[in-house]
Amino acid sequence: MKNSSKASRSRLVAARTGSYIVLAILCFLCLFFFYMLLINCTRNNFQIQQGFSFLPGKSFAINLNNLLNDANIPVLSGIKNSFIVSALSALLSVYFSAMTAYGIFAYDFKFRKAAFTIILLIMTMPTQISAVGFVNQMQAMGLRNSLIPLFLPSVASPVVFFFMKQYLDSNMPMEIVEAARIDGSGEFHTFNFIVLPIMKPAVAVQAIFTFVTAWNTYFIPGLLLDKANKKTLPILIAQLRGADFLKFDMAQIYMLITIAIIPIILVYLVLSKYIVRGVALGGVKG
Amino acid sequence: MNAENSPKRRKSIRYTRWGYVFIAPFFIIFIIFSLFPMLSTVYYSFFKYYRQGLKIIGPTFIGLENFSSLFKADLPNYLGNTLILWIIGFIPQIVISLLLAAWFTNQRLHLRGQGFFKTVIYMPNLIMASAFAMLFFALFSDNGPVNGTLQSAGLLSEPFRFLSSVIGTRGLISFMNFLMWFGNTTILLMAAIMGVDPGLYEAAEIDGATSGQMFWRITIPLIRPIMAYVMITSLIGGLQMFDVPQILTNGSGNPDRSATTMIMYLNNHMYSKNYGMAGAVSTVLFLICAVLCLLVYSIMSGNHDSAKKERKGGVHK
Repeated sequence: MKNSSKASRSRLVAARTGSYIVLAILCFLCLFFFYMLLINCTRNNFQIQQGFSFLPGKSFAINLNNLLNDANIPVLSGIKNSFIVSALSALLSVYFSAMTAYGIFAYDFKFRKAAFTIILLIMTMPTQISAVGFVNQMQAMGLRNSLIPLFLPSVASPVVFFFMKQYLDSNMPMEIVEAARIDGSGEFHTFNFIVLPIMKPAVAVQAIFTFVTAWNTYFIPGLLLDKANKKTLPILIAQLRGADFLKFDMAQIYMLITIAIIPIILVYLVLSKYIVRGVALGGVKG
Repeated sequence: MNAENSPKRRKSIRYTRWGYVFIAPFFIIFIIFSLFPMLSTVYYSFFKYYRQGLKIIGPTFIGLENFSSLFKADLPNYLGNTLILWIIGFIPQIVISLLLAAWFTNQRLHLRGQGFFKTVIYMPNLIMASAFAMLFFALFSDNGPVNGTLQSAGLLSEPFRFLSSVIGTRGLISFMNFLMWFGNTTILLMAAIMGVDPGLYEAAEIDGATSGQMFWRITIPLIRPIMAYVMITSLIGGLQMFDVPQILTNGSGNPDRSATTMIMYLNNHMYSKNYGMAGAVSTVLFLICAVLCLLVYSIMSGNHDSAKKERKGGVHK
């Protein structure tokens, strides 16, 4: 009896050790490339050509300065454009998705079920497949090289809607709305000042996801923007990839990649608990 | 809901029109920025419509000619590439994710530091795919640091040209997709496993079941809907694969266009302003995705209805 429990315990220790080893390898894979990125953006071109190093160099400021002063890569306006598009996308998508979700949650109108079904059906439809029509239509509307077509469509974000709807289903008591009506609160007022605050956790998580998605999007912006001062960061990266590579200062390339991904990683590290929880709850992204 | 609530219903009737007001912005923007573009994309697919030099040819109606030339030419090839790239990324992804999810939720194993591990493995999902691909290009290029290190360690006598070999290029793309998505899948599967009634495991344990038996006989059958959901959404994501292969191969899909995906093909037609062919590629993709969306819908609405019933039941109790 004692022996068998000892054996099962040592088996458990072995299993646990095995799991930690696999996890350590996976974490190494996830972190290694970003560590290399951070190291390489602090080294100069010559050092980078020498191969890997685990210690940072001293050229961070020089590399940053070189990149910002490179006339061919409008980094600052790229950051600005990316930020405008991402922030407005996040804002529009969470506000209007919450509004749509509340409309379907709270009001028993005739086409309620149909509207819900339509949104669920289009939820996983990729946006890329309507690119031909989209680009032509934006051209006709005079919105090429404008940031508007990159953020305005976020008003209709089926995935965000679905998350909000689920949140309302499990967290929103209609009694509160009815009490507000008796107190004479208008429907919009109720939504803005009573319902939205209750939805705050869902709004925060979805705002982060939408921001990140918009920040990283390349396909549609790549088709719409060709003026230098309108380009977003992913387009600048693609442009560097197309440049004659061997003549280029590698340190600047690592620096641009760092600028494109580090802000997101920093925000993520601060909020990771909520984001991971949001992924588990929503079950729908990408 | 109907008969018993009728007095309440009458009272709420004057509010119902507000429902339309609340959902109006969503649907107006959807119609302008998604529905019209989608319809006109399908419409273009039946026309000869492209630019030759500075001249615009068409639009002239040609029926299904774009589609027939599509299927005769490169489309099967590129659809095949896309599926191959997806599969060699997805198989390790689902295996590793299932394994991790089972470990994280195993009470007996009781792994520590789960918050840390989950944070780390989910992180690559938030990285800009194009920047990630650029990073891999820089690291794995012919005289990049990976080759440099392998050579100075004496493992290679001359650089391995990752991006000139089919296996190297496809391997890198799938590896990146794996890294970007396995954390996400792990978290989804964990949530699914934690939703399984713990009583089932307790009963199985009393009956003397091993962890392996519990995993294969209880966990897997019960999380099958979520696994189906994960697989189909991953396939939809895989069909959209663009950023990583586009940046890694600089849009060429080389070597020998073995890494050209469907969306890269679409992108090439967009750049050469061949809207007829681009429309036809999109329409094919639309039809495939429509079938997949219906599958996702049936899974989601199934879940949704059962959740609703549960909630209602709870309220009546």
